[in-house]
Amino acid sequence: MNTLLGQMATSLLDSLRDLTPIFLVIGVFQLLVLRQPLPDVLNLAWGMLLVLLGLSLFVQGLKLGLFPIGESLALSFAAKGSVTWLFLFAFALGFGTTVAEPALIAIADETARVAATGGWIEDKEVVRRDYANGLRYTVALSVGFAVMLGVLRILRGWPLQNLIILGYLGVVIMTVFAPKEIVGIAYDSGGVTTSTITVPLVTALGVGLASCIEGRNPMTDGFGLIALASLTPMIFVMAYGTLM
Amino acid sequence: MERLHSLWQTLLATSVDVLPIAAVLLTFQLLVLRRRIANLPQVLMGFLFVLIGLTFFLEGLEKALFPLGKLMAQQLTDPDFIAPPDHLGSPTWQHYSWVYLFAFAIGFATTIAEPSLLAVAMKARQVSGGSIQPWGLRVAVALGVAIGITLGVFRIVTGTPLHYYIIAGYVVVLTQTWFAPRSIIALAYDSGGVTTSTVTVPLVAALGLGLASHIPGRNPMLDGFGLIAFASLFPIMTVLGYAQLGEFSRHRLERLPQEDNPDESDP
Repeated sequence: MNTLLGQMATSLLDSLRDLTPIFLVIGVFQLLVLRQPLPDVLNLAWGMLLVLLGLSLFVQGLKLGLFPIGESLALSFAAKGSVTWLFLFAFALGFGTTVAEPALIAIADETARVAATGGWIEDKEVVRRDYANGLRYTVALSVGFAVMLGVLRILRGWPLQNLIILGYLGVVIMTVFAPKEIVGIAYDSGGVTTSTITVPLVTALGVGLASCIEGRNPMTDGFGLIALASLTPMIFVMAYGTLM
Repeated sequence: MERLHSLWQTLLATSVDVLPIAAVLLTFQLLVLRRRIANLPQVLMGFLFVLIGLTFFLEGLEKALFPLGKLMAQQLTDPDFIAPPDHLGSPTWQHYSWVYLFAFAIGFATTIAEPSLLAVAMKARQVSGGSIQPWGLRVAVALGVAIGITLGVFRIVTGTPLHYYIIAGYVVVLTQTWFAPRSIIALAYDSGGVTTSTVTVPLVAALGLGLASHIPGRNPMLDGFGLIAFASLFPIMTVLGYAQLGEFSRHRLERLPQEDNPDESDP
């Protein structure tokens, strides 16, 4: 119990370190540049406290539960030798981790709100919820696909930049066809997907796989999954916007 | 009481959000590998923490980070603030200098302290054989994010199409890839995705949406998004550039007489 409390404290300090620069920049601008009082300080402070506590608890929970299972699974599948199961697992890992990504949940909801205000979709609770979920599942699907593709790349030893160039071409071509309103959201969704949960688990799979295969260097072949996972959502979300 | 009720609502929604990942892991663990979960109580506790943590975080976002980002955007673009009272006509992009400065500061500050970047920086030193120092890489990435967000804000202010910037960025990245040392490429591409952390994303997104709704003539749906795309693209450029600089200075130190391709002369 003591070690758990100690870990909680460390995690809280980490989150605090993550947030301090943001407080500083906003504080300096409020006090020196804008010189305006913040309205509703009580609610802002309550929200900040929740962000701080929530982030610490979340990261701590990941370390206790999700990461040990995820890493041991990734290593088992990398060593198992069955390509079919490896692909299935790669897809499921990418999909599952992205669906639960906090930043993606927040951004999808916010996007639905903006879309509703702008008259792009109907301003109803159900419609907004559907739109946000559609966006989230599209992104998750694309990350699943990306991780699968990245695993194939590691197995085959393809150079990463070839896939990236193809991906960039895909993005450019989709931009021509996609409705203007979806382009910004699609481009952003690339960066949103890969944060707290996805990065450690997906990196574990890549590095584990590269170290199991002869002739692969875990340092150079193990990386690159995240890069693919930030590229495919752009293409998939634009496709989603075009089809909708 | 109202706060508790709203927390409870978020908790219910979050439970549905977290179910897929739990289902995926359990299915593979129990049905495919047919192995029992080691340390089950600890794992269950972990899931409980994830659930409560995510609930608090999302609730805090709604109450603090989103409003704060929008508030800053609104105050920084307030007509009384950006233009002197005797100024006639509508403001042009030169009047928004504080917005650019804020964008640069928030981009740099949030990235330099990012824990996941620290881990990447350590690995980069190993990959590069010491020519890339963790501190240098962190500054390179933070500068990349800062420049990216500043340029993204400039784009929102001027209302130019996002894809021109991103496609131009792609061309630069591909050109740099051609010349960069091979071992750094995957890492540089990854660093683009890693830098945009869970706290940065909502704050920056709110800033963009806020700017687009307060600057005259901008539409949040068309102009408000894209800052995160900038923040994930520009670090790739700065990291590749930094790796090239490191390679270049190492070669000069070694005084290689012939001008061959840098990656061929790698040990």
